[in-house]
Amino acid sequence: MSTQINAAETLLSVSTAPYIKSEDTVSKIMWKVNLALAPAAIFGVIYFGVPALINIVVSIIAAVAAEYAVQKIRKVRITAFDGSAFLTGLLLAMCISPEMPPYMTAIGSVIAIVIAKHSMGGLGQNIFNPAHIGRAALMVSWPIAMTTWSTIKTPVDAVTSATPLGILKLQGYSELLETFGGRSELYKALFLGMRNGSIGETCTVLLVLGGLFLVWKKIINWQIPVVMIATVGILTWVFGPEGFFTGDPVFHMMAGGLIIGAFFMATDMVTAPITKKGQIVFAIGAGMITSLIRLKGGYPEGVCYSILLMNCVTPLIDLVIKPRIYGTGR
Amino acid sequence: MKVLKTFRGGVHPQDSKSYTRDKAIVEMPVPKKVVIPVSQHIGAPGIPVVKVGDDVKKGQLIAYNDTFITSSVHASTSGKVVDIGVYPSSYKNESLAIVIESDGLDEWAPGLPLHRDWESLDIKEIHQIVRDSGIVGLGGANFPSHIKISYGPEKKIDTFILNGAECEPYLNGDYRIMVEHTERLAAGVKIAMKSLNVKRGIVGIEDNKPEAVKAMTEALKGTDVQVVAVPTKYPQGAERMLIKVLAEREIPAGKRHSDIGVVGMNVCTIHSVANAVISGIPLIERVVTVAGDAVAEPMNVMVRIGTSFKDVIEFCGGLTKTPDKIINGGPMMGYAQGSMEVPVVKGVAGILAMTKEALCDGEEEACIRCGRCVEACPIGLIPSMLSILGERGRYEEAKEKFGILNCIECGSCSYVCPAKRNIVQYIRYLKNLNWEHSPHHK
Repeated sequence: MSTQINAAETLLSVSTAPYIKSEDTVSKIMWKVNLALAPAAIFGVIYFGVPALINIVVSIIAAVAAEYAVQKIRKVRITAFDGSAFLTGLLLAMCISPEMPPYMTAIGSVIAIVIAKHSMGGLGQNIFNPAHIGRAALMVSWPIAMTTWSTIKTPVDAVTSATPLGILKLQGYSELLETFGGRSELYKALFLGMRNGSIGETCTVLLVLGGLFLVWKKIINWQIPVVMIATVGILTWVFGPEGFFTGDPVFHMMAGGLIIGAFFMATDMVTAPITKKGQIVFAIGAGMITSLIRLKGGYPEGVCYSILLMNCVTPLIDLVIKPRIYGTGR
Repeated sequence: MKVLKTFRGGVHPQDSKSYTRDKAIVEMPVPKKVVIPVSQHIGAPGIPVVKVGDDVKKGQLIAYNDTFITSSVHASTSGKVVDIGVYPSSYKNESLAIVIESDGLDEWAPGLPLHRDWESLDIKEIHQIVRDSGIVGLGGANFPSHIKISYGPEKKIDTFILNGAECEPYLNGDYRIMVEHTERLAAGVKIAMKSLNVKRGIVGIEDNKPEAVKAMTEALKGTDVQVVAVPTKYPQGAERMLIKVLAEREIPAGKRHSDIGVVGMNVCTIHSVANAVISGIPLIERVVTVAGDAVAEPMNVMVRIGTSFKDVIEFCGGLTKTPDKIINGGPMMGYAQGSMEVPVVKGVAGILAMTKEALCDGEEEACIRCGRCVEACPIGLIPSMLSILGERGRYEEAKEKFGILNCIECGSCSYVCPAKRNIVQYIRYLKNLNWEHSPHHK
């Protein structure tokens, strides 16, 4: 042998098995989620223009900077660049209006990181989805800015500065169809993202593709998005405006922030139940609350609050729903 | 063919078996010195029956204990006893050991090896031979085999399982025995079934070893023994998992396999039983897979008990890189050794010398509750929670609410954890705390 190692001079380390580990890391997972969100975010920038880009960049920088600062102050290991704070910033920006003044966005982002994440103890310890807390904080602080949307042209050249769900809530379903020029035009606009809304929530097709990428990479389970979206579809269909079974489930499933919420927020590992069964319960609950707010509440959209409310229940779900232990009855 | 139901969870680590899969077992020459611990098994240590200065022969009894839960220890070569003292060991860190300096003749004790017609032996005689031959579970459990093999009538055993799953990455010892010593092993299966007085025998082999499945099927044709290819999934070879898959029974929490009428034994163990019963050879050697990226030439070696890890590694061409860890056993459930001077004991199925790069160990981070450990746990525990309780030392909660005592420490949870949390370490710590606070302690 060319390079013989003298066994007697070798210092060995000891630890508990297993000695081999899978190659995935927390950071790799976070960057994959960011990657999955990228197409829909890029679409938002192209569709809504420079203000959307500014908001995304500001939100991400504020989140990463806030995390870095908090970790410096707490004197803990700096993990600000592991993709997790980046993800919070990106998600928050994707869930707000492109017309939002950037300083407000930055404040929302700092609230998400400092209050929702680090005051609970940092990564893995937070009860609520940080991006959604940031969004909720902005909603109560600047309700008008949060509901001022871009002015866009619909396929029939109608000019609108409301979201489809907003039109539905204030003017009704027939007005909504009129604005978009018919049902199939409405569906097409929702599917492709040619409609008003938050920066990253509009393009259903890109969000679903991103979500499927995460399912394929085994980062999320399909159960949460499928069950949550289906619950909203069923409830909005059953409890329609003209009586039972007159609703438009296709519209509701693609409208608002449901797709981004179901694929990217309700699936947040930290704040969703840990078992698949628990995740199904969580998704049903989130779907029910979303439908309830949309159909009966004062807000046109309820995805954000539904997920935050279900986040509160997660520890309870995890306590009640556990796998059966081998060799025991339960 | 019937579709097998698999067990819950499990993981698919890279099996790394190709390094030594096709390498025939090589007999290692007797080293100058063997250090034979008197405790290589679960139960009472053997009491030395030789003194310093005695001449001993290969296969001669050198330590024995009168109690039931114990195992005898034999000289693995001929020579002179030069010391009896406490030495580091690959089993339980250290043990009283008998050191024999080889005389280079490797002379058998009188009458060995012999030839017995095992079919004419009665059950009691088989039990006595297994006991006298110092056979223990060679899959790593180190449980005295004479106890298992005599469960038969009193425990109402109806099924015998030969565990040929060998699900640990790198290890090929069982596989090589199955393809190289097929006839002897098949005889061992029949001996075990006779000893247990059972009619139903099943051989479980992971389906990544088709040659072994073929060889064993051929050798056991026309018997009541069924050879089954089980899906390759770690920890398929764990007793609880294999019994669930093959016998479709679960061992109730806190019970043993014998309580549900099943006895499962490992390939190397049964091979040793056959050698003892047919040829009168006690357990003085075993096959060890030597591998890992720091070893010059990975191979399967037949090693005398008491040979130091260092001698075995040198026989395999020595080290080409500086290892970070020397592991006794496989990478999933093995034990990292603090020294290469420790001897090969009965339960050592592998010696792995691995560099830091091959171990891919990252810094431990906070749990992000991704749930991969919950998916992976074959028992149905919530390992993430146990690791968090471990950080806080909350052993009672771990036991009462999260069933920690059911954990088999297979390592699947730590393997999949993206935060690189040492979950098994936390679990062992909590189990220890539970033991220290239990009324049985002290």
